[in-house]
Amino acid sequence: MDEMRYEAPETLDAAVALLAGADGDARILAGGTDVLVLLHSDMIEPGLLVDIKKIPELTSIAVEAGGFRVGAAVSAMELVEHDAFSKAWPGVIEGVKLIGSIQIMGRATMGGNLCNASPAADSVPALIAAGAIGTIVGPEGRRDVPVEDIATAPGETSLGKGEILVSFLFPPRPPHSGDAYRRFTPRTEMDIAVVGVGISLSLDDGGTCQAARVVLGAVAERALLVEAAAAALIGTPLDEAALERLAAAASAACRPIDDKRGTKEFRIKVAGVLARRAAQDALERARGN
Amino acid sequence: MARSHVTTTVNGDEYEFLCDAEQTLLDVLRDELFLTGTKEGCATGDCGACSVMLDGRLVCACLVLGVEAAGKLIETIEGLAHGDELHPLQQKFLEHNGAQCGICTPGTLIAAKALLAVNPDPSETEIRYWLAGNLCRCTGYDKIIRAVMAAAEEMREGRS
Ligand SMILES: Cc1cc2nc3c(=O)[nH]c(=O)nc-3n(C[C@@H](O)[C@@H](O)[C@H](O)COP(=O)(O)OP(=O)(O)OC[C@H]3O[C@@H](n4cnc5c(N)ncnc54)[C@H](O)[C@@H]3O)c2cc1C
Ligand code: FES
Ligand code: FES
Repeated sequence: MDEMRYEAPETLDAAVALLAGADGDARILAGGTDVLVLLHSDMIEPGLLVDIKKIPELTSIAVEAGGFRVGAAVSAMELVEHDAFSKAWPGVIEGVKLIGSIQIMGRATMGGNLCNASPAADSVPALIAAGAIGTIVGPEGRRDVPVEDIATAPGETSLGKGEILVSFLFPPRPPHSGDAYRRFTPRTEMDIAVVGVGISLSLDDGGTCQAARVVLGAVAERALLVEAAAAALIGTPLDEAALERLAAAASAACRPIDDKRGTKEFRIKVAGVLARRAAQDALERARGN
Repeated sequence: MARSHVTTTVNGDEYEFLCDAEQTLLDVLRDELFLTGTKEGCATGDCGACSVMLDGRLVCACLVLGVEAAGKLIETIEGLAHGDELHPLQQKFLEHNGAQCGICTPGTLIAAKALLAVNPDPSETEIRYWLAGNLCRCTGYDKIIRAVMAAAEEMREGRS
């Protein structure tokens, strides 16, 4: 194997130039919790690793346009420790907190969790439910895309050669909004989601659901934004009938695989159950603010 | 290609080493700096035997590259005791038989110390969740949990 080169540029321009100019496989290194595992099992043999953690835009959390801009390479632990963000987006934090152990959270990033493109990535459903926008910079300049359009299939993203996911922009929160993430795993810690559900919703002053986004993880080749499930909630007070329709729509949207952690039938059933529970969590939070 | 020249601080002492881009911080600690207290269990982030502190954060040394240690502050198990005086966690692990084969012990001690730094009075449940990334094939965990609770209590008394 040819030797691998490591670079840690301090600007986005330099990082894009390195990635765009590389011949052969060049990899972005964020927290490395996926990259190093792949590297040492010889699943990947990049000629160049570009560490993006020295680039300020990638590692900062800032208030912008009444919402938050979170660098794609902010570690999970740092995000969890950010009080204002955690208060605004408890569901996103629930997902982030499930990314492995305390040790893994010290390194792992949301950008890596999304761009590694595992359908079971725990931070992704709530990130999509939040309506976050990903800012991408590459040789052609900058573009903003909804997070649901970034991971496309296991291990595949819509990013082109030389492109880096720089940050996530979270929209401002209207009053009476709440979000939640629930996952099912055989063990409570250190396990991979069999099903995950992220929901974000807003109520009007009378408690009627104004807006909702429902996202399922681990039941298809990528996280699914399920409009029919959101439609089951919008215009309702999230009563029993609405939750019933939500569960049915969530189950209907699944196209899961069978594996040792869960059969197809099990995943389809559990998606409905978790959607209902996540909606109840989000509702409680929305009523509380 | 030339190996990278890296300067880093481990347990308060400055170290310099040469390493290849592929080498992990765990490889460097053990094979270049001969700090073999930090153990390798899995090399994939699952077991926590390689736990160290990197700029004040608990991490798996097997998931950090050696070159990434440049300019950082690293704390390993070798820095836990003061000379012959054991850290309260080490003392309580001895008293409660928190170590059997010992492979998981250095990583667990580092992880437990990190917990007590942010939460001096953790509940049993909090300790179990915090240490979920530290696997032990021998003790059945209970003795580890008792040892951490006893050390936490002693450290709280020592402070007041
Ligand atoms: C023991 C263990 C347990 C785990 N448990 C869970 C779990 O329960 N739930 C879960 O969801 N995940 C889990 N994971 C995986 C999780 O740690 C990763 O998916 C992590 O979030 C990836 O982030 P990273 O910063 O480490 O990415 P890296 O490993 O650095 O990168 C991952 C991929 O994304 C690319 N990439 C990274 N950042 C960018 C960017 N800004 N722009 C473009 N491409 C980029 C990289 O090139 C690479 O292909 C676990 C991992 C381990 C080792
Ligand atoms: S050796 Fe690093 S986690 Fe197992
Ligand atoms: S004492 Fe043997 S693995 Fe923990």
